[in-house]
Amino acid sequence: MQNGIQNKVRWGELEEDDAEDLDFLLPPKQVIGPDENGIKKVIEYKFNDEGNKVKITTTTRVRKLAKAQLSKKAVERRSWLKFGDAVHEDVGARLTMVSTEEILLERPRAPGTKQEETKAAADNPFGKGGAVLMVCRTCGKKGDHWTSRCPYKDLAQPSEGFIDKPPTDGPAAPATATKGTYVPPSLRAGAERTGTDMRRRNEENSVRVTNLSEDTREADLHELFRPFGQITRVYVAIDQKTGLSRGFGFVNFANREDAERAINKLNGYGYDNLILRVEWATPRSS
Amino acid sequence: MRPILMKGHERPLTFLKYNRDGDLLFSCAKDHNPTVWFADNGERLGTYEGHNDQTAKLWDVKTGKALYTFVFDSPARSVDFSVGDKLAVITTDPFIEKTSAIHVKRIAADIKDQTDESVLVMKGPRGRINRAVWGQLNKFIISAGEDAIVRMWDPLTGQEIMSSRDDDNHKKQITSLCLSTDGSHFLTGSLDKSAKLWDSRTLTLIKTYVTERPVNAVAVSPLLDHVVLGGGQDASAVTTTDHRAGKFEAKFYDKAS
Repeated sequence: MQNGIQNKVRWGELEEDDAEDLDFLLPPKQVIGPDENGIKKVIEYKFNDEGNKVKITTTTRVRKLAKAQLSKKAVERRSWLKFGDAVHEDVGARLTMVSTEEILLERPRAPGTKQEETKAAADNPFGKGGAVLMVCRTCGKKGDHWTSRCPYKDLAQPSEGFIDKPPTDGPAAPATATKGTYVPPSLRAGAERTGTDMRRRNEENSVRVTNLSEDTREADLHELFRPFGQITRVYVAIDQKTGLSRGFGFVNFANREDAERAINKLNGYGYDNLILRVEWATPRSS
Repeated sequence: MRPILMKGHERPLTFLKYNRDGDLLFSCAKDHNPTVWFADNGERLGTYEGHNDQTAKLWDVKTGKALYTFVFDSPARSVDFSVGDKLAVITTDPFIEKTSAIHVKRIAADIKDQTDESVLVMKGPRGRINRAVWGQLNKFIISAGEDAIVRMWDPLTGQEIMSSRDDDNHKKQITSLCLSTDGSHFLTGSLDKSAKLWDSRTLTLIKTYVTERPVNAVAVSPLLDHVVLGGGQDASAVTTTDHRAGKFEAKFYDKAS
């Protein structure tokens, strides 16, 4: 922090080369503190490039770092001689190494959301708090596995995917397959019915959020809605051509009550200078 | 987090223990060489060599020398020093016609005076006794094992003081037992996919932690209100099931809530 010019040195009285030795003209360095809050002030004076006397006040906070306490005996043990197999250990043995794999500590819940999450965990038949966002789209199991790893993938009834279609469609597709004509993977027997399943999923406790700013990303929405309960999906519509947000998105909740509370709380909420509109997503009319 | 891996053992690990200051970590495995490591960087300090079957050994921690060997007529399963290190409890497995037993040995101050004689031998529980530890002030010994019952023994008379109530009991064998730092309560882990917290004076069940995998190891945090359960299916079942079914994570639970 530069507190400005105190007074001007009269250069006329001094030779240029002496500039280095002018320090005796300056008041001595002052150290104040650290006080009980650990605030320490150091006041120094020096000449800047133009020869002006400048007062510099540096304020720092002094913190005591937690010091690992080693007992004397532990220090002594550190210098013990190796014995047994360890004596002949060559450096290349690499018995001890740092894991190349990053081990993550999964938090079953974020701090501060304790109550809701425990409720959510209770709802979850698998009791696996850390995996609440996992919903298998093939078998519908929550928190057990991801869709791509569904153990029941092969068991998915082919008929299920055709429920939404006109009944004539159903037998037609497998029939064509046997004839050897091309059948899109999504229509093949045993394929994941992502198309239809996704639509069904979208309608489950889905909340539409409109009037989002262009900068809002899915992660932001997730953060905004997370406190209300378990979220199964967040989607922000992005314009294909411009790559910009289209200003609306959807959030799916695992529990309907959570969604309702989110609507009550966030409808009309100011977010990124815009007033959000949050409402139930109306089922898509096909 | 990138943990330090220590790969000194050639067979599955059976037991890990820190010394009181936490600077040394002792590891035991099904190979015959207990190993000690520096806990801060994982460097191997030494291995204790010369262990053989059906014995328990006293070692010199610093030099790795075997000081004394207690010989049993069946495999020794678990060991624990009493508070003050004057006594040790050693459990032995059932073997051929022998039943499992809990032995109490006196540890002499001078190794020259050490004898093989058991102060007490307690028998009774069926199946292996996987753990026996000293309770508060050495007033009792707590044991648990294959019969899934937690028992409390009097170390003076060798009588069973009490055992856990039937409705509280684990449903399958107890694999591990860990006393809290102050000794007021302890945690047991079982293959019935749960861990239980017990009051060590009355053997009342305080809490049950339910998980979805068999519990192989449990630990109570000495500083925080945490308990850690480690588990996963039996190694022999790994090849027969999907790898994702193994559930080998360690799980942290709040002790109280």
